[in-house]
Amino acid sequence: MTVNGANVVIARTHNSNEKQWQLDTRRIGNDLLEVSCGGRWCLDQDLPATAIIVPELGDGLRLSFNTAQLSAWDTGFLAFLRTLFMLCEERGVSIDQEGLPKGVRHLLAMAAAVPEQKVVKRSSAGQSLAFQVGTATVALFRSAPEMLHFLGEITLSFGRLIRGQAQFRLSDLWWEIEEVGPRALGIVSVISFLVGLILAYLGADQLRMVGAQIFIADLVAIGMVREVGALMTGIIIAGRTGAAFAAQLGTMQVNEEIDAFKTLGISPVDFLVLPRMLALMLMVPLLTLYAGFVGMLAGLLVSATIFDIGMFEYYTETVRALELKHFLVGLSKGSVYGAMVAYAGCLRGMQCGRSAESVGEAATSAVVTGILLITIVASLMTIIFYRLGI
Amino acid sequence: MSDAPHIEVRDLTMAYGDFVIQRDLNFVVNKGDIFVIMGGSGCGKTTVMRALIGLQRPAKGAVFYGGEDFWNVALEEQERLKRRLGIMFQGGALWSSMTLGENIALPLKEYTALSPRQLDEIVSFKLALVGLAGFEDFYPSELSGGMKKRAGLARAMALDPDILVIDEPSSGLDPPTARRLDDLILELRDSLETTIVVISHDLASILAIGSNSIFLDAETHTMINTGKPKEAVASGDAKVRHFLTRGAA
Repeated sequence: MTVNGANVVIARTHNSNEKQWQLDTRRIGNDLLEVSCGGRWCLDQDLPATAIIVPELGDGLRLSFNTAQLSAWDTGFLAFLRTLFMLCEERGVSIDQEGLPKGVRHLLAMAAAVPEQKVVKRSSAGQSLAFQVGTATVALFRSAPEMLHFLGEITLSFGRLIRGQAQFRLSDLWWEIEEVGPRALGIVSVISFLVGLILAYLGADQLRMVGAQIFIADLVAIGMVREVGALMTGIIIAGRTGAAFAAQLGTMQVNEEIDAFKTLGISPVDFLVLPRMLALMLMVPLLTLYAGFVGMLAGLLVSATIFDIGMFEYYTETVRALELKHFLVGLSKGSVYGAMVAYAGCLRGMQCGRSAESVGEAATSAVVTGILLITIVASLMTIIFYRLGI
Repeated sequence: MSDAPHIEVRDLTMAYGDFVIQRDLNFVVNKGDIFVIMGGSGCGKTTVMRALIGLQRPAKGAVFYGGEDFWNVALEEQERLKRRLGIMFQGGALWSSMTLGENIALPLKEYTALSPRQLDEIVSFKLALVGLAGFEDFYPSELSGGMKKRAGLARAMALDPDILVIDEPSSGLDPPTARRLDDLILELRDSLETTIVVISHDLASILAIGSNSIFLDAETHTMINTGKPKEAVASGDAKVRHFLTRGAA
């Protein structure tokens, strides 16, 4: 404490380490606090918190600055001062900015020019399990009408197609057919072959015990043509094409392309969803058929090379086992699975938000929804066909 | 090295395959300049900017930062030079999965040792500077185009870069906000001695803030004028005059 004329001066010094920032406070008399800032006040320094000064701030006080020793400053200094000013305002401390560099005063004035938006801050605190379950349940119930609404729009769109009034380009349909059909042959071939192989091994293991290895042909043929071919193709298409549909439409949603269709009076369901639905409904049954043949080929190879069943014998047994109804069941399932995948992909794409993150969420959701729908429909169709004796 | 110009572009040619966008550009940006790259739509302003900020390798030529040839130094050196730059992209280019606060805090977290309290203070200050005080917890998808743009500028300024490159700062903004952004650019130059490169075709903004400029021509695929924008209004080149007087001259 020193005496300076009539004023009592109490000085406190806060140093970091050499060649960095310096902060001194001098109480001059009863109502003035001079804050001296020296050295470097930059982001690369470990700058002080305003809390250092807070105990010295009191109602009715005046704050002034001395920056004669300030060698460098940047946003670190500005952020410190802005927080200090806010604290001063809360405590009724008036501020004299004259001692601050001109640039600092200008930038602080610019930051204060637009008042802070008073918004409800999102709580980052963890939400209770009950809250999360409740929110998810409400979201589920809210999404059901949306799904039905979209289904209705697709139905109307098919109605317009039948009447020849649907607005879409045939070139889009051909492009989609090529994308979802021929271009998927590679992955469908690989997976169907491996699934056929697994079925053959599985069957051989069980049938060998009763000396009926020849029935591997029946198991693989009926299994692949009737059930597994369609199921595997559906799942492959859900991952490959369903996600692509959601991402394409989602990106169009982000770019306001879908809004542009609506403003022109063109139904985005006609123009975008219909070709995709048609392409999958036409191509998935064909891919299912193809998957069945590839699976049977795998069964033939395994049986002939591993289990010593003659190729002709295997072929004859396969032809004997397969009936037209098995093909029809497989084809009908393929067509329905295709429709389910297209519906899920287009639904999630059309529901997509306006950000890149939403597009990712839409693609993921399309795959999950697609596989879920396929599984539910597969179960229902199996029960129905069984009851009908098909 | 320190006497070298802040940015120097030598014989820069930008091309997409065989299609040349701009050829043989030569210009210098000095410290404290507000350097405007102007020209009509499709003349290659943004493509030239991409070469300046390290996103697109030029077909020919060089870009020097303080005498260092950006495209011919080691990758680590390039990264170090890039940290001297702050970029504001045309649409803001905010990371959509992060809030505005997180967008601005990310570079600060990566390259400084600031405490969480200091990070919050700086994020809050940067947003306040661009007129978005209190928007820390908003996601980009909840903002208008102009707000995204301003938030993009706040992120570009996060590390107090030596050089700020701003692509179309005022497009999509209302006139008072555009004016405010111009004032901020001038203040950043005056107070923090930031060198600023602006890509723009907003005449009011170009004439208000530009201290130096080049004019890129879409037809000849090269630079047809250099100098102060206010002097360019009286340029001998009819295309430049036509552009800067909105077709009146």
